[in-house]
Amino acid sequence: MTFAEKIFARKTGRETVRPGEVVSVRPDVVMTLDADAEIIYRFEALGLPKVWNPDGIVCSLDHYAPASTVRTADLHRKMRLFAREQGISRFFEVGDGLTHQIMLERGYARPGLFIVGTDSHTPSYGCIGAFSCGVGASDMLSIWATGELWFQVPESARIVLNGRLPAGVFAKDVILAIIRDFTASGCSYYCAEFSGGALQDMSVAERFVLANVSVEMGVKATYVEVDEVTRRYADRGGLPYETVVPDADARYRVEKQIDVAALPPLVACPHAVDNVRPVSELEGTEIHQAFIGTCASGRIEDFATAAAILRGKRIAAGVRLLIAPASRAVLEEAIARGYLEILVKAGATLLASGCGPCAGIHEGLLGEGERCISTANRNFRGRMGSPASEIYLASAATVASSALHGVISDPRRDLV
Amino acid sequence: MNGLIQGRAFKTGDHINTDYIISARYLDVYEPKELAAHLFEGLGPEAARRAKGCSILVAGENLGAGSAREQAPKALKGAGFRVIIAKSAARIFYRNTINVGLPVICYPEAVNAIEDGDEVSVNLNSGTIQTKRHGAFAFSPFPEPVRKILKAGGMFPMLMKMVPRLLKNQAERP
Repeated sequence: MTFAEKIFARKTGRETVRPGEVVSVRPDVVMTLDADAEIIYRFEALGLPKVWNPDGIVCSLDHYAPASTVRTADLHRKMRLFAREQGISRFFEVGDGLTHQIMLERGYARPGLFIVGTDSHTPSYGCIGAFSCGVGASDMLSIWATGELWFQVPESARIVLNGRLPAGVFAKDVILAIIRDFTASGCSYYCAEFSGGALQDMSVAERFVLANVSVEMGVKATYVEVDEVTRRYADRGGLPYETVVPDADARYRVEKQIDVAALPPLVACPHAVDNVRPVSELEGTEIHQAFIGTCASGRIEDFATAAAILRGKRIAAGVRLLIAPASRAVLEEAIARGYLEILVKAGATLLASGCGPCAGIHEGLLGEGERCISTANRNFRGRMGSPASEIYLASAATVASSALHGVISDPRRDLV
Repeated sequence: MNGLIQGRAFKTGDHINTDYIISARYLDVYEPKELAAHLFEGLGPEAARRAKGCSILVAGENLGAGSAREQAPKALKGAGFRVIIAKSAARIFYRNTINVGLPVICYPEAVNAIEDGDEVSVNLNSGTIQTKRHGAFAFSPFPEPVRKILKAGGMFPMLMKMVPRLLKNQAERP
């Protein structure tokens, strides 16, 4: 059986399950954030005194962090009050971090767990060997009320990453190459399983990027092969877990081999994530904003790379570089290691941990004709502001180099 | 779920993501009618104007990709759309659309047979799509959980009906 089949078999107490079967599952952990505060009002309208399992619920404020309007400030107030009333102790404040990063750092996402969240990038926790998928507000309401939800057992895709990553090439480049090959809907409804020798060069943070950006080819969930790197990370918090790994004779709908050693830095061009080109073809393209943050980046590894490129230098005139750490823990580490000082002295503007600019809600929207290079996972037309703006997606290294030169740039020259 | 839906089709292309349906700037808006005022802003003013008065959304591949926002199907419902026919729909969007009580039928041939502005009728009971130019198409019944949710009029009304039983269960839990 594949990873997904084994998880569903375990959660339903059965020997085997088959792709396409519809089953009811009680998730181990569920996550909701402030963009779905409406669930609270609807839960209250149901008239049930208690949510199903307050200990299994994680709530956090990251889409409007800090509150962007009076209305969102009031939604935050409502969420805080509800969490207190319901005894939801895993509640995270403005500035604590992006929900997906909190799920990983705090160990709520652990190997072998079945996790559901009201955000499309919930499949990120495959990076630690958890099965996780996104749902909308009503599905979460059903879980809060009844503890369970219906799912279809997915088909799986096996993606093998061979070779070693060249200098200046990162997980972001690898996943953009994969999405270019699969296209934006090429892995729809699948669980994407990543394995292969290239994983040995990737920290959990890099694996997070693989899992997170996979959403842009339609995946339902992901799984990154569990190894020593996974176990070391999962053991940090001391919480129990039981790994679930696919069988050697598992059957896959699609199989793909990638030689990562042959990859150059890549960029997803407007206005689709599968519109991927080598950075060499885009060099010299003028940019106005550069952004290192979002749930696809903003981790300590990204700031280390950006600091290596910008140490003792100054970003180009006419460019604004926005940086948003994925969590308070990342921010504290970036301060302790001196990265923050390097980046701020280079001209970067520090933002709160949150989804604001990437989702086009607040903090760094784009005006007409403006061009942004970002570590985000989406570049849809108008997503960050004006419909006449453009978003290019790349690794933190490519974004930092581009900020330095004021034009889209190959980071390999700045990393020597 | 009312069985017979007749109306004008608004046809869009492939990869119409949820950002194009409703921008994240309106995620704090909860009223379907209010959301509807901003429907398809991401596709430009011309698309938003053409969509007015249409009750059948006809779309290409990967409809509703991207964000998990349920505000997207709510905005469609608020604008008067009563059924969606697409070549394929993104997973979370499909679930959300069913959950707001809006049926989604995935049928590439039917999509190809319908032009923007065509009169179309969909019979959910008999499972047929009647097109103006290319006759009728029979579609397969919805999977059981989807049928149940649509029959109740959406996830919220379905949960509402379960409340007495849920209250009893909660009272019996330790």
